[in-house]
Amino acid sequence: MCVCVCVCVRARVRGSQPASQPEPAQARRLVPGGASLSEAPPGTLEGKRVRRRDDGHIPPLPPKKSRFPARPQPSAHMDLDSVFYTHQHGLPSNPLLDQLPSYQSLLYRRKSSSASSTKRRSSMRGRFGSTSSWRWKGEKLEERPRSPQLNRPVHELTLSIEEKRRNKEQRMEQDKDLSSWKQWRLNTHRHLKRLKEDGMEVLSALQLWRGDIHVIEGMFGTGILSYFSFLRFLVLLNFVIFLLMFGFVMLPIIAVPYASGNSTFKVHDDAECSDYPSTSRQGLVVFHQYILDLLSGTGFLEKTYLFYGYYKVEAVHFPKFKYNLPLAYVLVTIAYLFLSLIWIVKRSAAGFKQNLIQDEDRFQSFCNKIFAGWDFCITDENAARLKRSSLLYELKTDLEEERIKQKIAGRTRKEKCRIYLLRLVLNLFVVTVLAACFYSIYKATVLSQESQLTDCNFIVKLIVEYLPSIVITLANFITPLMFTLIIQFEDYSPAFEIRFTLMRCVFMRLASIGVLLFSLWSQIAKCEDGNCSCGYNHKLYPCWESRVGQEMYKLMIFDFIIIGAVTIFVEFPRKIIVTYCDCGLAKWLGQQEFAIPQNVLEIVYGQTICWIGTFYCPLLPAISTIKYFIVFYIKKMTLVNNCRPATRPFRASSSNFFFLGVLLIGLALACVPIIVSIAQISCSKACGPFVNYATSWEVVPKTISQLPEELRSFLMALSSEAFAISLFVITCLAMFYVIALAGAHKAVVNQLREQLAVEGRDKRFLIQKLVQAQRKTMRSLSSTTMQDRHRPLYHGAENSSSEGLFTQLPPVSASSV
Amino acid sequence: MGNKQTIFTEEQLDAYQVRYSNTFIAAKVNILQSQLHGRYHELAPHLVPMDYTNNPDVKLPLALIINMPELKENPFRNRIVESFSEDGLGNISFNDFVDMFSVLSETAPRELKAIYAFKIYDFNTDNFICKEDLEKTLNKLTREELTPEEVNLVCEKAIEEADMDGDNKLCFTDFENMISRAPDFLR
Repeated sequence: MCVCVCVCVRARVRGSQPASQPEPAQARRLVPGGASLSEAPPGTLEGKRVRRRDDGHIPPLPPKKSRFPARPQPSAHMDLDSVFYTHQHGLPSNPLLDQLPSYQSLLYRRKSSSASSTKRRSSMRGRFGSTSSWRWKGEKLEERPRSPQLNRPVHELTLSIEEKRRNKEQRMEQDKDLSSWKQWRLNTHRHLKRLKEDGMEVLSALQLWRGDIHVIEGMFGTGILSYFSFLRFLVLLNFVIFLLMFGFVMLPIIAVPYASGNSTFKVHDDAECSDYPSTSRQGLVVFHQYILDLLSGTGFLEKTYLFYGYYKVEAVHFPKFKYNLPLAYVLVTIAYLFLSLIWIVKRSAAGFKQNLIQDEDRFQSFCNKIFAGWDFCITDENAARLKRSSLLYELKTDLEEERIKQKIAGRTRKEKCRIYLLRLVLNLFVVTVLAACFYSIYKATVLSQESQLTDCNFIVKLIVEYLPSIVITLANFITPLMFTLIIQFEDYSPAFEIRFTLMRCVFMRLASIGVLLFSLWSQIAKCEDGNCSCGYNHKLYPCWESRVGQEMYKLMIFDFIIIGAVTIFVEFPRKIIVTYCDCGLAKWLGQQEFAIPQNVLEIVYGQTICWIGTFYCPLLPAISTIKYFIVFYIKKMTLVNNCRPATRPFRASSSNFFFLGVLLIGLALACVPIIVSIAQISCSKACGPFVNYATSWEVVPKTISQLPEELRSFLMALSSEAFAISLFVITCLAMFYVIALAGAHKAVVNQLREQLAVEGRDKRFLIQKLVQAQRKTMRSLSSTTMQDRHRPLYHGAENSSSEGLFTQLPPVSASSV
Repeated sequence: MGNKQTIFTEEQLDAYQVRYSNTFIAAKVNILQSQLHGRYHELAPHLVPMDYTNNPDVKLPLALIINMPELKENPFRNRIVESFSEDGLGNISFNDFVDMFSVLSETAPRELKAIYAFKIYDFNTDNFICKEDLEKTLNKLTREELTPEEVNLVCEKAIEEADMDGDNKLCFTDFENMISRAPDFLR
């Protein structure tokens, strides 16, 4: 079907014969007699825009060689669509088209000397002339119906510099007519706008790493650019979280001696639980013990600002007021989680809007690739070649997807059963693999916690300390490879394959942290005689929050070490092998590709650790900021030196949404342990700000009970069930409303699309009729008035022709129908 | 090139009103002097005068412009230069030069970019993007590495997706409508 259509199209184009045969079809299509176009053939007014395949009519196009297409040969049969040809030389065939507002928005800039542009100049003059005529009438600026062009700032119009200058001079003259008050207002408005634009320029120039990111964009395109701007966002986020923690939790304690305050803490009555043995090393300490302590947060680092255990302060008394540190600690934790949530949602709002409106999966994919596929920022020759090949690959993938879709539609029942069975088996296999990984993480954590090696090698001790991190990293390295292998057997479409593999990898990465925490907690809560007197195992873990903080600290350090080590020990050698060695290994490996999904998962994993760990290790955001800062330069270095762009590129628009979506999942996952530990788990009695409370959350109700009566009753009302239920119901209603609104907008968009199509056909029909009538008039005029010189009717913006047409139209149309 | 050299008068600078932060060339009004003019000048030092205060009428041919590093790798460089030139043949005066880079910069509004994109993709300048224009665009994009059937299929699908009024080619309204929903367009 497609083939025979294209053959006849080609013949038509080459032959440039007048299309006589489809003309009656066309006339039929446009329903002569002025009947409404609602009787257009079925299939056009349905939801999908099914183009008429049977109508192989494509008007013969002017030859492609010359920029100025030749006049179509006048033929006996009036080719109705020839009215739509424009000419740059000689007689234009339809001045009406030129006067259409949609056409005028496409004005070219032409040299004033060329004859072809006189008609355009005059039409422009007509436009400006009309505004100047308004001016002569002395109308007020606001009462004049401003054309959309006039309302826009001058530098946004599609005119040449001279015309913009003329436009601006005109506007200045117009403004002189106004009263001084309005002039002043207009001037201030303009100045403020300029000021705002300058301000935005300055702000954008202050962005971190702007130059570096531009260079990366030029060399590798916009997919990888989005990864680096995501990294920059995380650096800023971590820095802000650190400022919050520092300002509200650390600063009061640090400022105590300087502000002549004093900090108080009440010792818990139960002496047994609140016994916190010293952790500093005694006696002769070997040098490598310090390194071990540095890397695992034990020893001299344990009772520092780094960990939760140091903040054993109940209140800080400044001269003027009392600062409740435990309350501040809890509230800052909640605050930074909220802040992260709001910032991420705000950043992802733009991408999400688009996803909501375009629900069709394959919407406009071909048009997007052809018109918006080329990245105009590419300056490097290699990058251009790669972009080309990636576009090619994308187009071929799309064509392949079309074929697969057709294949899926044609599957038999037996085949479907087989495929579903295979998928079930493979999914079970994936679940078992995941379970095995989680179990090994659990075992590693237990082993790491229980080992009491004191007289072993330093390296062995380090490995035992880092055992959970090592196991997690290994699991996260092996499982993606396995998943990519498995998914090939499951026979999904390529796009779904990529997404499903990614989802599995995300789940694996983030769930491994959860398993680690769970296994840690099971160790902490496991006492010898089964019943923990203090709520936790106070003998082994006098300060369990510091222990958890140490694990998070170790995870973060290890993650950073791994990123650096992989870059140095894997990627650089690979580049060296591939460049200098010509063996089969080099061919099989190929040059490194910057795999965006895996890198994104890496940094989201790090950020999740930071979110969970900040409660137990308040300085962790600072460490995270520094870590991401250095990671930026490491990744940039490896990208520039070792990598070629991925052959399966990530589209920048959807990738922003993907990154922030994964980050949100990480945030949601991070909230769970924090909420559980604040609200449920009994805090340690030997250290930390919550010594005198059963759980960390208890500080909030206790503070509220000390507030004045009205505030307390207000806050109690806020937390009562009645309020919560009504809030929940109202939120549900709002959500349903918004969903309904979105659905209505989608329906309106569809309707408008159809209307647009109908309007377009209306326009074609009317113009064709008009020109038909015009020609008939011309013929009748020339036949009756042989003496008169043939006045050129098609001259620029002379309205007489169209006016003449309109006066003569009624009698003509009656005969033509 | 000294900083105090007068290349443009104040009115000229003001009239350009070109906004800053082009991807490659910072065309801020007060940097206009040294950078943008410098780029234009170094394309043809013997043709382009240093002093622009009397608005000299100097045009550089197409061949010089398309060898600029920013455009060298662009498959549409010929069309870009042609559509910004006044005579349609690619001879660029300095005004056109500034126009071109200001439209290509990241701060140009989307409608402006859509208008010029339409002009660029319209190879035969008949104010429609017909199937031949699409085929040429596709071939320039992929350097003719797709088979003719694939090219044809892709062009047909593209027209099918974007054509609203059923004339099997894209007029500006169709194009603008489609571009407004293309998320990657602004680059």
